[in-house]
Amino acid sequence: MSVEPPRKGARIEIEGLARVFEGPRGSVQALTGIDLSIAPGEFLCIVGPSGCGKSTLLRILAGLDRQSSGRIKVDSANWAVENAMVFQESGLFPWMSVEQNVGFGLMTRGMPASERAPRVEAAMRLVGLTQFRRHFPHQLSGGMRQRGAIARAFVTDPAVLLMDEPFAALDAQNRTILQEELVRIWETTGKTVVYITHSIDEALFLGDRAAVMTAHPGRIKEIIDIPFPHPRNLMELSVTPTFGELKLKIWRVLEEEVNRARATGDQA
Amino acid sequence: MSEASRQVRQERLLYLLSPIGLIVLWQLAIQAGLGDRRFVPAPSDIAERFYLLCVSGELPWDTVVTLWRIIAGFVLGSIPGVALGLAMAMWRSVRIVIDPLIAALFPIPKLALMPLILLAFGFGETSKIVVVAIGAFFPVIVNAYAGAANIEKIYIDVARNYGASPRIMFTRVVFFGALPLIFAGLRVALAISFIIATAVEFVASKSGIGYLIWSSWELLQVDAMFVGIVTIGILGVITSTLFIELERFVIPWKAP
Repeated sequence: MSVEPPRKGARIEIEGLARVFEGPRGSVQALTGIDLSIAPGEFLCIVGPSGCGKSTLLRILAGLDRQSSGRIKVDSANWAVENAMVFQESGLFPWMSVEQNVGFGLMTRGMPASERAPRVEAAMRLVGLTQFRRHFPHQLSGGMRQRGAIARAFVTDPAVLLMDEPFAALDAQNRTILQEELVRIWETTGKTVVYITHSIDEALFLGDRAAVMTAHPGRIKEIIDIPFPHPRNLMELSVTPTFGELKLKIWRVLEEEVNRARATGDQA
Repeated sequence: MSEASRQVRQERLLYLLSPIGLIVLWQLAIQAGLGDRRFVPAPSDIAERFYLLCVSGELPWDTVVTLWRIIAGFVLGSIPGVALGLAMAMWRSVRIVIDPLIAALFPIPKLALMPLILLAFGFGETSKIVVVAIGAFFPVIVNAYAGAANIEKIYIDVARNYGASPRIMFTRVVFFGALPLIFAGLRVALAISFIIATAVEFVASKSGIGYLIWSSWELLQVDAMFVGIVTIGILGVITSTLFIELERFVIPWKAP
Protein backbone atom coordinates (compact mmCIF):
# COMPACT_ATOMS: atom_id res chain seq x y z
CA MET A 1 0.00 0.00 0.00
CA SER A 2 2.58 2.53 1.04
CA VAL A 3 4.08 4.65 -1.70
CA GLU A 4 7.85 4.49 -1.95
CA PRO A 5 9.20 8.03 -1.53
CA PRO A 6 11.20 9.42 -4.46
CA ARG A 7 14.36 9.92 -2.40
CA LYS A 8 15.40 9.77 1.21
CA GLY A 9 16.14 12.78 3.39
CA ALA A 10 19.51 13.60 4.83
CA ARG A 11 21.58 11.55 7.26
CA ILE A 12 22.38 13.47 10.44
CA GLU A 13 25.44 12.66 12.55
CA ILE A 14 25.82 14.38 15.91
CA GLU A 15 29.00 13.80 17.90
CA GLY A 16 29.82 14.96 21.40
CA LEU A 17 27.54 17.95 21.16
CA ALA A 18 27.37 20.28 24.16
CA ARG A 19 25.82 23.65 24.82
CA VAL A 20 26.67 25.83 27.78
CA PHE A 21 24.72 29.01 28.50
CA GLU A 22 26.69 31.68 30.30
CA GLY A 23 24.46 33.58 32.68
CA PRO A 24 24.90 36.17 35.40
CA ARG A 25 24.75 33.38 38.01
CA GLY A 26 27.31 31.09 36.41
CA SER A 27 27.05 28.77 33.48
CA VAL A 28 24.30 26.27 32.77
CA GLN A 29 25.06 23.03 31.00
CA ALA A 30 22.00 22.80 28.73
CA LEU A 31 23.27 19.91 26.64
CA THR A 32 26.15 17.54 27.17
CA GLY A 33 27.63 14.56 25.35
CA ILE A 34 24.91 14.29 22.72
CA ASP A 35 25.74 11.50 20.27
CA LEU A 36 23.07 10.73 17.75
CA SER A 37 22.99 9.14 14.35
CA ILE A 38 19.79 9.66 12.39
CA ALA A 39 19.26 7.61 9.24
CA PRO A 40 18.09 9.17 5.96
CA GLY A 41 14.30 9.30 5.96
CA GLU A 42 14.02 8.39 9.62
CA PHE A 43 11.33 9.86 11.87
CA LEU A 44 13.10 10.44 15.17
CA CYS A 45 11.19 11.65 18.18
CA ILE A 46 12.98 13.29 21.06
CA VAL A 47 11.02 12.88 24.30
CA GLY A 48 11.84 14.55 27.55
CA PRO A 49 10.61 16.76 30.35
CA SER A 50 10.68 20.53 29.98
CA GLY A 51 14.11 21.96 30.61
CA CYS A 52 15.97 18.92 29.30
CA GLY A 53 17.45 20.89 26.41
CA LYS A 54 15.46 19.25 23.61
CA SER A 55 14.43 22.59 22.14
CA THR A 56 18.01 23.82 22.35
CA LEU A 57 19.14 20.76 20.39
CA LEU A 58 16.55 21.45 17.73
CA ARG A 59 17.47 25.14 17.53
CA ILE A 60 21.09 24.17 16.99
CA LEU A 61 20.03 21.82 14.18
CA ALA A 62 17.94 24.68 12.73
CA GLY A 63 20.91 27.05 12.78
CA LEU A 64 19.20 29.37 15.27
CA ASP A 65 21.70 28.59 18.03
CA ARG A 66 25.26 27.27 18.16
CA GLN A 67 26.78 24.41 20.06
CA SER A 68 29.58 25.15 22.52
CA SER A 69 31.45 22.06 21.38
CA GLY A 70 30.91 18.95 19.28
CA ARG A 71 30.09 18.36 15.64
CA ILE A 72 26.99 18.09 13.49
CA LYS A 73 27.08 16.68 10.00
CA VAL A 74 24.00 16.87 7.81
CA ASP A 75 24.42 15.13 4.51
CA SER A 76 22.06 17.22 2.41
CA ALA A 77 24.08 17.62 -0.77
CA ASN A 78 21.20 16.48 -3.00
CA TRP A 79 18.79 18.97 -1.52
CA ALA A 80 18.39 22.66 -2.18
CA VAL A 81 17.22 23.37 1.35
CA GLU A 82 18.84 21.69 4.34
CA ASN A 83 16.11 22.08 6.91
CA ALA A 84 12.81 23.75 7.68
CA MET A 85 11.35 24.14 11.13
CA VAL A 86 7.78 23.99 12.38
CA PHE A 87 7.50 25.96 15.59
CA GLN A 88 5.40 25.35 18.65
CA GLU A 89 3.09 28.29 18.02
CA SER A 90 2.73 28.26 14.27
CA GLY A 91 4.79 31.41 13.83
CA LEU A 92 2.83 32.30 10.71
CA PHE A 93 3.38 36.00 10.03
CA PRO A 94 0.15 37.78 11.02
CA TRP A 95 0.60 40.31 8.20
CA MET A 96 0.76 37.75 5.43
CA SER A 97 -2.08 35.73 3.94
CA VAL A 98 -1.95 31.94 4.18
CA GLU A 99 -0.67 31.85 0.61
CA GLN A 100 2.12 34.33 1.28
CA ASN A 101 3.07 32.55 4.48
CA VAL A 102 3.29 29.19 2.76
CA GLY A 103 5.41 30.65 -0.03
CA PHE A 104 7.74 32.54 2.34
CA GLY A 105 10.61 30.04 2.24
CA LEU A 106 10.54 30.08 -1.57
CA MET A 107 10.36 33.87 -1.77
CA THR A 108 13.39 34.28 0.53
CA ARG A 109 15.33 31.99 -1.77
CA GLY A 110 14.57 34.18 -4.74
CA MET A 111 12.13 31.96 -6.61
CA PRO A 112 10.02 34.01 -9.03
CA ALA A 113 6.31 34.24 -8.21
CA SER A 114 5.27 32.28 -11.29
CA GLU A 115 7.33 29.29 -10.18
CA ARG A 116 6.22 29.61 -6.58
CA ALA A 117 2.50 29.53 -7.33
CA PRO A 118 2.12 25.85 -8.33
CA ARG A 119 4.29 24.66 -5.45
CA VAL A 120 2.41 26.76 -2.93
CA GLU A 121 -0.83 25.45 -4.42
CA ALA A 122 0.30 21.85 -4.01
CA ALA A 123 1.45 22.42 -0.44
CA MET A 124 -1.83 24.07 0.51
CA ARG A 125 -3.74 21.18 -1.06
CA LEU A 126 -1.62 18.73 0.94
CA VAL A 127 -2.87 20.23 4.22
CA GLY A 128 -6.36 21.23 3.02
CA LEU A 129 -5.96 24.99 3.12
CA THR A 130 -6.65 25.93 -0.51
CA GLN A 131 -9.97 27.56 0.38
CA PHE A 132 -8.27 29.77 2.93
CA ARG A 133 -5.47 31.10 0.75
CA ARG A 134 -6.46 34.74 1.23
CA HIS A 135 -7.17 34.46 4.95
CA PHE A 136 -4.92 35.98 7.55
CA PRO A 137 -3.67 33.72 10.37
CA HIS A 138 -5.91 35.41 12.97
CA GLN A 139 -8.91 34.25 10.93
CA LEU A 140 -7.89 30.60 11.24
CA SER A 141 -8.24 28.10 14.08
CA GLY A 142 -5.16 26.88 15.92
CA GLY A 143 -5.22 23.61 13.99
CA MET A 144 -5.43 25.37 10.64
CA ARG A 145 -2.55 27.63 11.56
CA GLN A 146 -0.40 24.59 12.30
CA ARG A 147 -1.40 23.10 8.95
CA GLY A 148 -0.21 26.33 7.39
CA ALA A 149 3.08 26.07 9.25
CA ILE A 150 3.50 22.49 8.04
CA ALA A 151 2.77 23.50 4.46
CA ARG A 152 5.28 26.34 4.76
CA ALA A 153 7.92 23.81 5.83
CA PHE A 154 7.11 21.18 3.20
CA VAL A 155 6.91 23.63 0.30
CA THR A 156 10.64 24.32 0.48
CA ASP A 157 11.28 20.57 0.09
CA PRO A 158 13.87 20.42 2.87
CA ALA A 159 16.16 17.44 3.49
CA VAL A 160 15.29 17.59 7.18
CA LEU A 161 12.08 18.64 8.86
CA LEU A 162 12.50 19.97 12.39
CA MET A 163 9.41 20.07 14.55
CA ASP A 164 9.24 21.60 18.02
CA GLU A 165 6.11 20.27 19.75
CA PRO A 166 4.02 21.55 16.85
CA PHE A 167 0.71 20.16 18.14
CA ALA A 168 1.17 20.80 21.86
CA ALA A 169 -1.28 23.70 21.91
CA LEU A 170 -4.09 21.86 20.09
CA ASP A 171 -7.02 19.98 21.57
CA ALA A 172 -6.86 16.17 21.59
CA GLN A 173 -9.02 15.57 18.49
CA ASN A 174 -7.22 18.10 16.37
CA ARG A 175 -3.91 16.76 17.54
CA THR A 176 -4.75 13.19 16.49
CA ILE A 177 -5.99 14.34 13.09
CA LEU A 178 -2.87 16.39 12.45
CA GLN A 179 -0.59 13.61 13.69
CA GLU A 180 -2.21 11.26 11.21
CA GLU A 181 -1.87 13.77 8.41
CA LEU A 182 1.74 14.39 9.25
CA VAL A 183 2.52 10.66 9.16
CA ARG A 184 0.70 10.34 5.85
CA ILE A 185 2.65 13.22 4.30
CA TRP A 186 5.93 12.02 5.74
CA GLU A 187 5.40 8.50 4.35
CA THR A 188 5.15 9.87 0.83
CA THR A 189 8.01 12.35 1.01
CA GLY A 190 10.70 10.33 2.81
CA LYS A 191 12.14 13.28 4.66
CA THR A 192 14.24 12.93 7.76
CA VAL A 193 12.19 14.27 10.65
CA VAL A 194 13.38 15.32 14.08
CA TYR A 195 10.30 15.77 16.22
CA ILE A 196 10.32 17.12 19.74
CA THR A 197 7.59 16.22 22.19
CA HIS A 198 7.01 15.75 25.87
CA SER A 199 4.23 13.26 25.17
CA ILE A 200 5.24 9.58 25.20
CA ASP A 201 2.11 8.65 23.23
CA GLU A 202 2.96 11.11 20.51
CA ALA A 203 6.50 9.79 20.22
CA LEU A 204 5.19 6.23 19.87
CA PHE A 205 2.55 7.25 17.33
CA LEU A 206 4.94 9.07 15.08
CA GLY A 207 8.49 7.86 15.49
CA ASP A 208 10.71 5.12 14.12
CA ARG A 209 12.79 5.64 17.22
CA ALA A 210 12.44 7.69 20.37
CA ALA A 211 15.44 9.33 22.00
CA VAL A 212 14.62 9.85 25.66
CA MET A 213 16.31 12.90 27.16
CA THR A 214 16.86 13.84 30.77
CA ALA A 215 17.68 17.19 32.32
CA HIS A 216 20.50 18.77 34.39
CA PRO A 217 22.54 18.37 32.31
CA GLY A 218 20.50 17.66 29.19
CA ARG A 219 21.58 14.41 27.61
CA ILE A 220 20.18 11.40 25.82
CA LYS A 221 19.47 8.66 28.34
CA GLU A 222 18.21 5.96 26.04
CA ILE A 223 17.17 5.36 22.45
CA ILE A 224 14.17 3.10 21.95
CA ASP A 225 13.14 1.43 18.70
CA ILE A 226 9.49 1.71 17.79
CA PRO A 227 8.69 -1.33 15.67
CA PHE A 228 5.22 -0.42 14.36
CA PRO A 229 4.93 -0.73 10.58
CA HIS A 230 3.66 2.03 8.28
CA PRO A 231 1.07 3.15 7.39
CA ARG A 232 -0.04 3.50 10.98
CA ASN A 233 -3.50 3.87 12.38
CA LEU A 234 -2.90 5.76 15.57
CA MET A 235 -6.06 4.80 17.42
CA GLU A 236 -5.64 1.09 16.66
CA LEU A 237 -1.99 1.32 17.58
CA SER A 238 -2.76 2.74 20.99
CA VAL A 239 -4.61 -0.41 22.12
CA THR A 240 -1.90 -2.94 21.18
CA PRO A 241 0.13 -4.61 23.95
CA THR A 242 3.44 -3.53 22.42
CA PHE A 243 2.33 0.09 22.65
CA GLY A 244 1.62 -0.30 26.34
CA GLU A 245 4.95 -2.00 27.00
CA LEU A 246 6.93 0.69 25.18
CA LYS A 247 5.01 3.42 26.92
CA LEU A 248 5.87 1.91 30.29
CA LYS A 249 9.49 1.46 29.28
CA ILE A 250 9.89 5.13 28.35
CA TRP A 251 7.97 6.20 31.42
CA ARG A 252 10.37 4.23 33.66
CA VAL A 253 13.31 6.13 32.20
CA LEU A 254 11.60 9.48 32.74
CA GLU A 255 10.19 8.53 36.16
CA GLU A 256 13.65 7.83 37.50
CA GLU A 257 14.66 11.28 36.34
CA VAL A 258 11.61 12.98 37.80
CA ASN A 259 12.16 11.34 41.16
CA ARG A 260 15.81 12.28 41.16
CA ALA A 261 14.94 15.90 40.37
CA ARG A 262 12.37 15.92 43.16
CA ALA A 263 14.87 14.53 45.67
CA THR A 264 17.58 17.08 44.84
CA GLY A 265 14.92 19.79 44.74
CA ASP A 266 13.90 18.95 48.32
CA GLN A 267 17.48 19.19 49.49
CA ALA A 268 17.94 22.60 48.00
CA MET B 1 -22.21 39.41 9.44
CA SER B 2 -25.16 41.87 9.45
CA GLU B 3 -25.30 41.52 13.23
CA ALA B 4 -21.71 42.70 13.44
CA SER B 5 -22.22 45.59 11.02
CA ARG B 6 -25.28 46.74 12.95
CA GLN B 7 -23.23 46.79 16.09
CA VAL B 8 -20.60 48.87 14.33
CA ARG B 9 -23.30 51.36 13.27
CA GLN B 10 -24.63 51.53 16.79
CA GLU B 11 -21.19 52.20 18.17
CA ARG B 12 -20.68 55.00 15.65
CA LEU B 13 -23.97 56.60 16.75
CA LEU B 14 -22.92 56.38 20.39
CA TYR B 15 -19.66 57.99 19.37
CA LEU B 16 -21.60 61.13 18.39
CA LEU B 17 -23.83 61.13 21.44
CA SER B 18 -21.51 62.66 24.03
CA PRO B 19 -20.42 65.75 22.02
CA ILE B 20 -24.00 66.45 20.89
CA GLY B 21 -25.29 66.06 24.43
CA LEU B 22 -22.67 68.50 25.69
CA ILE B 23 -23.68 71.13 23.10
CA VAL B 24 -27.36 70.79 23.96
CA LEU B 25 -26.64 71.22 27.67
CA TRP B 26 -24.52 74.27 26.94
CA GLN B 27 -27.23 75.92 24.86
CA LEU B 28 -29.86 75.24 27.54
CA ALA B 29 -27.62 76.60 30.28
CA ILE B 30 -26.95 79.88 28.44
CA GLN B 31 -30.61 80.34 27.56
CA ALA B 32 -31.49 79.74 31.19
CA GLY B 33 -29.37 82.80 31.97
CA LEU B 34 -26.31 81.09 33.37
CA GLY B 35 -23.19 83.03 32.37
CA ASP B 36 -22.66 86.32 30.55
CA ARG B 37 -23.48 85.89 26.89
CA ARG B 38 -20.81 88.44 25.87
CA PHE B 39 -18.07 86.25 27.28
CA VAL B 40 -19.62 82.81 26.96
CA PRO B 41 -21.61 82.69 23.72
CA ALA B 42 -24.33 80.08 23.17
CA PRO B 43 -23.72 77.35 20.57
CA SER B 44 -26.32 79.08 18.38
CA ASP B 45 -24.26 82.32 18.44
CA ILE B 46 -21.17 80.40 17.49
CA ALA B 47 -23.04 78.63 14.71
CA GLU B 48 -24.22 81.96 13.33
CA ARG B 49 -20.71 83.41 13.38
CA PHE B 50 -19.42 80.17 11.86
CA TYR B 51 -21.83 80.63 8.96
CA LEU B 52 -20.87 84.29 8.47
CA LEU B 53 -17.14 83.52 8.50
CA CYS B 54 -17.72 80.72 5.99
CA VAL B 55 -19.64 82.95 3.63
CA SER B 56 -17.03 85.70 3.81
CA GLY B 57 -14.41 83.11 2.81
CA GLU B 58 -12.30 83.94 5.83
CA LEU B 59 -12.75 80.63 7.63
CA PRO B 60 -12.24 78.36 4.58
CA TRP B 61 -9.02 80.18 3.77
CA ASP B 62 -7.72 79.96 7.34
CA THR B 63 -8.62 76.27 7.37
CA VAL B 64 -6.72 75.60 4.18
CA VAL B 65 -3.68 77.49 5.46
CA THR B 66 -3.62 75.64 8.79
CA LEU B 67 -4.29 72.24 7.24
CA TRP B 68 -1.46 72.75 4.80
CA ARG B 69 0.94 73.55 7.63
CA ILE B 70 -0.25 70.54 9.61
CA ILE B 71 -0.07 68.06 6.75
CA ALA B 72 3.21 69.31 5.32
CA GLY B 73 4.84 69.34 8.76
CA PHE B 74 3.38 65.97 9.69
CA VAL B 75 4.66 64.31 6.52
CA LEU B 76 8.02 66.04 6.73
CA GLY B 77 8.50 64.88 10.32
CA SER B 78 7.00 61.39 10.09
CA ILE B 79 9.00 60.00 7.18
CA PRO B 80 12.43 60.47 8.76
CA GLY B 81 10.87 59.44 12.09
CA VAL B 82 9.83 56.05 10.71
CA ALA B 83 13.08 55.53 8.82
CA LEU B 84 15.35 56.43 11.74
CA GLY B 85 13.25 54.54 14.27
CA LEU B 86 13.52 51.36 12.22
CA ALA B 87 17.22 51.96 11.63
CA MET B 88 17.72 52.28 15.39
CA ALA B 89 16.19 48.84 15.84
CA MET B 90 18.26 47.32 13.04
CA TRP B 91 21.65 48.78 13.93
CA ARG B 92 22.91 49.17 17.44
CA SER B 93 25.33 51.93 16.42
CA VAL B 94 22.49 54.08 15.08
CA ARG B 95 20.64 53.64 18.34
CA ILE B 96 23.68 54.60 20.40
CA VAL B 97 24.07 57.82 18.41
CA ILE B 98 20.39 58.81 18.38
CA ASP B 99 19.17 57.72 21.82
CA PRO B 100 20.75 60.58 23.80
CA LEU B 101 19.55 63.12 21.23
CA ILE B 102 15.97 61.94 21.66
CA ALA B 103 16.31 61.98 25.43
CA ALA B 104 17.56 65.57 25.34
CA LEU B 105 15.38 67.05 22.61
CA PHE B 106 12.02 65.28 23.02
CA PRO B 107 11.03 67.07 26.27
CA ILE B 108 11.84 70.57 24.96
CA PRO B 109 8.58 72.39 24.12
CA LYS B 110 8.84 72.80 20.38
CA LEU B 111 7.47 76.33 20.59
CA ALA B 112 10.57 77.26 22.59
CA LEU B 113 12.50 76.53 19.41
CA MET B 114 10.41 78.98 17.39
CA PRO B 115 12.78 81.97 17.70
CA LEU B 116 15.68 79.78 16.65
CA ILE B 117 13.72 78.46 13.70
CA LEU B 118 12.63 81.94 12.69
CA LEU B 119 16.30 82.88 12.62
CA ALA B 120 17.15 79.87 10.52
CA PHE B 121 14.20 79.80 8.11
CA GLY B 122 12.82 83.32 8.16
CA PHE B 123 9.23 84.46 8.67
CA GLY B 124 7.73 82.56 5.73
CA GLU B 125 5.79 79.32 5.60
CA THR B 126 8.92 77.18 5.94
CA SER B 127 9.56 78.03 9.56
CA LYS B 128 5.98 77.12 10.57
CA ILE B 129 6.11 73.80 8.75
CA VAL B 130 9.50 73.00 10.27
CA VAL B 131 8.26 73.46 13.85
CA VAL B 132 5.32 71.15 13.17
CA ALA B 133 7.68 68.63 11.58
CA ILE B 134 9.98 68.65 14.60
CA GLY B 135 7.00 68.06 16.88
CA ALA B 136 5.70 65.19 14.75
CA PHE B 137 9.12 63.58 14.41
CA PHE B 138 9.65 62.50 18.04
CA PRO B 139 6.58 60.37 18.79
CA VAL B 140 7.03 58.65 15.44
CA ILE B 141 10.70 57.78 15.91
CA VAL B 142 10.12 56.52 19.46
CA ASN B 143 7.20 54.31 18.41
CA ALA B 144 8.82 53.01 15.24
CA TYR B 145 11.84 51.98 17.26
CA ALA B 146 9.74 50.35 19.98
CA GLY B 147 7.67 48.52 17.38
CA ALA B 148 10.66 47.15 15.53
CA ALA B 149 12.68 46.32 18.62
CA ASN B 150 9.86 44.38 20.27
CA ILE B 151 8.76 42.13 17.44
CA GLU B 152 8.02 38.68 18.78
CA LYS B 153 11.16 36.60 18.64
CA ILE B 154 9.45 33.72 16.90
CA TYR B 155 8.99 35.80 13.72
CA ILE B 156 12.68 36.61 13.64
CA ASP B 157 13.46 32.92 14.20
CA VAL B 158 11.12 31.86 11.40
CA ALA B 159 12.61 34.38 9.00
CA ARG B 160 16.15 33.28 9.83
CA ASN B 161 15.34 29.58 9.58
CA TYR B 162 13.66 30.14 6.22
CA GLY B 163 16.67 31.89 4.80
CA ALA B 164 15.62 35.56 4.86
CA SER B 165 18.32 37.99 3.77
CA PRO B 166 18.74 41.19 5.81
CA ARG B 167 16.77 43.02 3.13
CA ILE B 168 13.82 40.63 3.32
CA MET B 169 14.08 40.59 7.10
CA PHE B 170 13.66 44.36 7.04
CA THR B 171 11.03 44.81 4.31
CA ARG B 172 8.85 41.76 4.99
CA VAL B 173 9.24 41.10 8.70
CA VAL B 174 10.55 43.99 10.80
CA PHE B 175 8.63 46.71 8.96
CA PHE B 176 5.29 44.93 9.09
CA GLY B 177 5.85 43.74 12.63
CA ALA B 178 6.44 47.36 13.67
CA LEU B 179 3.53 48.76 11.66
CA PRO B 180 0.85 48.71 14.41
CA LEU B 181 3.09 50.73 16.74
CA ILE B 182 4.21 53.00 13.90
CA PHE B 183 0.55 53.84 13.38
CA ALA B 184 0.09 54.52 17.07
CA GLY B 185 3.02 56.93 16.82
CA LEU B 186 1.58 58.58 13.72
CA ARG B 187 -1.74 59.20 15.47
CA VAL B 188 0.00 60.90 18.36
CA ALA B 189 2.12 62.89 15.90
CA LEU B 190 -0.98 64.06 14.04
CA ALA B 191 -2.54 65.37 17.24
CA ILE B 192 0.71 67.09 18.17
CA SER B 193 0.85 68.64 14.69
CA PHE B 194 -2.54 70.23 15.31
CA ILE B 195 -1.46 71.60 18.67
CA ILE B 196 1.81 73.02 17.39
CA ALA B 197 0.38 74.47 14.19
CA THR B 198 -2.31 76.35 16.13
CA ALA B 199 0.11 77.56 18.76
CA VAL B 200 2.59 78.77 16.15
CA GLU B 201 -0.16 80.73 14.47
CA PHE B 202 -0.85 82.49 17.79
CA VAL B 203 2.61 83.93 17.92
CA ALA B 204 4.15 84.03 14.49
CA SER B 205 1.51 84.24 11.82
CA LYS B 206 -1.03 86.52 10.21
CA SER B 207 -3.15 83.68 8.86
CA GLY B 208 -4.61 80.35 9.85
CA ILE B 209 -7.07 79.21 12.48
CA GLY B 210 -4.65 79.86 15.31
CA TYR B 211 -4.38 83.46 14.15
CA LEU B 212 -8.19 83.65 13.93
CA ILE B 213 -8.50 82.49 17.54
CA TRP B 214 -5.82 84.81 18.85
CA SER B 215 -6.87 87.94 16.95
CA SER B 216 -10.53 87.39 17.90
CA TRP B 217 -9.49 87.16 21.51
CA GLU B 218 -7.58 90.40 21.24
CA LEU B 219 -10.67 92.09 19.75
CA LEU B 220 -12.87 90.36 22.33
CA GLN B 221 -14.90 88.67 19.59
CA VAL B 222 -15.50 85.66 21.74
CA ASP B 223 -17.87 83.94 19.32
CA ALA B 224 -15.31 84.11 16.49
CA MET B 225 -12.72 82.74 18.89
CA PHE B 226 -14.98 79.80 19.60
CA VAL B 227 -15.50 79.28 15.87
CA GLY B 228 -11.73 78.79 15.57
CA ILE B 229 -11.62 76.39 18.49
CA VAL B 230 -14.57 74.38 17.19
CA THR B 231 -13.06 74.25 13.70
CA ILE B 232 -9.87 72.77 15.09
CA GLY B 233 -11.95 70.20 16.96
CA ILE B 234 -13.94 69.28 13.85
CA LEU B 235 -10.76 68.96 11.77
CA GLY B 236 -9.31 66.79 14.50
CA VAL B 237 -12.29 64.43 14.44
CA ILE B 238 -12.28 64.23 10.63
CA THR B 239 -8.56 63.51 10.31
CA SER B 240 -8.61 61.06 13.19
CA THR B 241 -11.53 59.17 11.59
CA LEU B 242 -9.79 59.13 8.22
CA PHE B 243 -6.71 57.89 9.96
CA ILE B 244 -8.53 54.99 11.60
CA GLU B 245 -9.94 54.00 8.20
CA LEU B 246 -6.46 54.22 6.71
CA GLU B 247 -5.14 52.03 9.49
CA ARG B 248 -7.84 49.44 8.82
CA PHE B 249 -6.83 49.44 5.18
CA VAL B 250 -3.08 49.26 5.78
CA ILE B 251 -3.17 46.81 8.71
CA PRO B 252 -5.99 44.41 7.79
CA TRP B 253 -4.46 41.64 9.87
CA LYS B 254 -4.85 43.53 13.12
CA ALA B 255 -7.62 41.78 15.02
CA PRO B 256 -10.59 44.16 15.41
